[in-house]
Formats: sequence, structure tokens, C-alpha cells
Amino acid sequence: MSETGLIKHISHPHPVTGVTNSKLGVWCFLASEIMLFGGLFSAYILLRTGVTDWPRGHEVLNVPLATLNTMVLITSSVTMVMSWASLELKNLSKFKFYMTITVLLGIAFLVVKSFEYGHKFEHHHFPSTSNFYATYFTLTGLHGLHVIGGIFVNLYFLLFGVKMWEKDPEQFTGRIEAAGLYWHFVDLVWIFLFPALYLL
Amino acid sequence: MSGHSPEAVKKQVRTYIAVFAALAGLTVLTVGVSYLKLPLGAAIALALLIASVKGTLVAAFFMHLISEKKIIWLILVFAVLFFFLILLYPSWHAL
Repeated sequence: MSETGLIKHISHPHPVTGVTNSKLGVWCFLASEIMLFGGLFSAYILLRTGVTDWPRGHEVLNVPLATLNTMVLITSSVTMVMSWASLELKNLSKFKFYMTITVLLGIAFLVVKSFEYGHKFEHHHFPSTSNFYATYFTLTGLHGLHVIGGIFVNLYFLLFGVKMWEKDPEQFTGRIEAAGLYWHFVDLVWIFLFPALYLL
Repeated sequence: MSGHSPEAVKKQVRTYIAVFAALAGLTVLTVGVSYLKLPLGAAIALALLIASVKGTLVAAFFMHLISEKKIIWLILVFAVLFFFLILLYPSWHAL
């Protein structure tokens, strides 16, 4: 069991906190992520309220594509939580199935986003074009980087990290829950980005 | 959350499906509302309200916050407090 390793309480809850150290660590990381996006949302509000001619999102951005991407991310959140639930039910093949779908949906999100970016570049809309596009590219770009990071983490667990299931299923289930917390956070950020940039 | 009975997990799975349906419905609703061409103030209030409901659903059920330990809530309360501070203070200061 990994409880004898360097980091304690990663398979079983710490007696003081009641949660595993890995979960505590992920939540601290997510708290810092809240601040990162909070600063950028704050910049968005300041820039937007500081001018009179800020474009309404739907006039300049592709709402149907972004709606599709919202559905893609929401679905990927469900498949992510289902992959964790499959491990709780001791069903490794279902875990692999749901995790594969999660990874594919993450890639689908990026493909749709790249079409959107490509369309903007074709029309010579760059971050330097206006405050609106600077905000749009910064917020969606940083979010996209988070999606890329999540895909790599999920792929690692799907292809290599899954070996841990044989020797410590509890720790592996905890790892998938932690990866899920991050993935749901990325979904949550998009839930606010979507109306802020596209619909208002 | 680890180590639940299979029955409890299966019940949770049904909740996840219901949450997914709610999220999809609210996404359609928020897009539909945006086509009503409401005044900006009302549009912002409504879009934020729908996004907050969606965000709460994701955090409560997918991120298991509804049954999470106190220490996680403590971290989150501080993060959310500072989030609103960083979000609102500069805007308020700029007025």
C-alpha cells in the first residue's frame, strides 16, 4: 500500500482533515485557479465598463458553435464523473470506455475552438485588434490551455496510470476523482465564459 | 467519496444523468433568452443567474461538494471571498 510511501494519507483520509491529502491538494490548487480566472474576469469587467462601444458577443462571435462546445464540455463532465463511478463499482473496462469518451470530447472542444479561431484570423481579428478581442483571446486561450492540460492528465491515467489499479485501486480511484475535480472546474469556468463573451 | 456501496453509487449515477439533463436544458434556455434582445442590464442579470445555477449543479454534484468535508468548504469559502473581492473591488474603485 502506498501509505508507507513518502506522502501519507493519499489512499485513506487524514484523521484530522477527514479527506485524503491528494484531494486537499487539488482543492488548494483549484482555489488558486479561482483567483487566476477571477483576476481576468475582473479585467474583463473593468475594460467593458470603461468604454461605450463594447460589441455584444452574438454580433461578432459564433454563438451556435460556442453552444455546441458548451454541450461538448457538459457531456465530457458527465463521462468524467461516470469514469470515476465505474471505478467505485470496480468496473475497469467501463472506466476505460468513459475516460476515452472524455478525452475525445476534450479534443472535439479544441477542434471546434480552432475553427472559431481560424475564422477570426481569416478576418484579421487578432488580440491586438481591440480590447474585446484581447479579452476574448486571453480568456478563451487560457481556458483552452486548461483543456489541453486536462486531456494530457486524462490520457496519462487512461494509458499508463491505470497500472496502479492492480496494486492500489483505492489510490487510483482517488486520482481519478482528483483529475475529475480539475476537469469539472474547467467546465465550470466555461459555463461563465460562454454567456460573458458570447451572449452579452 | 471512495468506498461507497454499489447501490449508493448507482443512485449517484442517476443523479448525474438528471444533472446533465438540467445543464443541457439551462444551456438551451440561456441561448434562447439571448435572442430576446433584452436590455443589457436584464440580460446580464438573467445570464448570470442561469450560469450560477449551472455552476452550482456542477460543483454540488459532479465535484461532490454536497457531501464534502468541512475543510474543503473552508478552502472554498476563502477562495470565493477573495474571488468576489478581486472581481468587484477594482470596478467599484474605478467608478
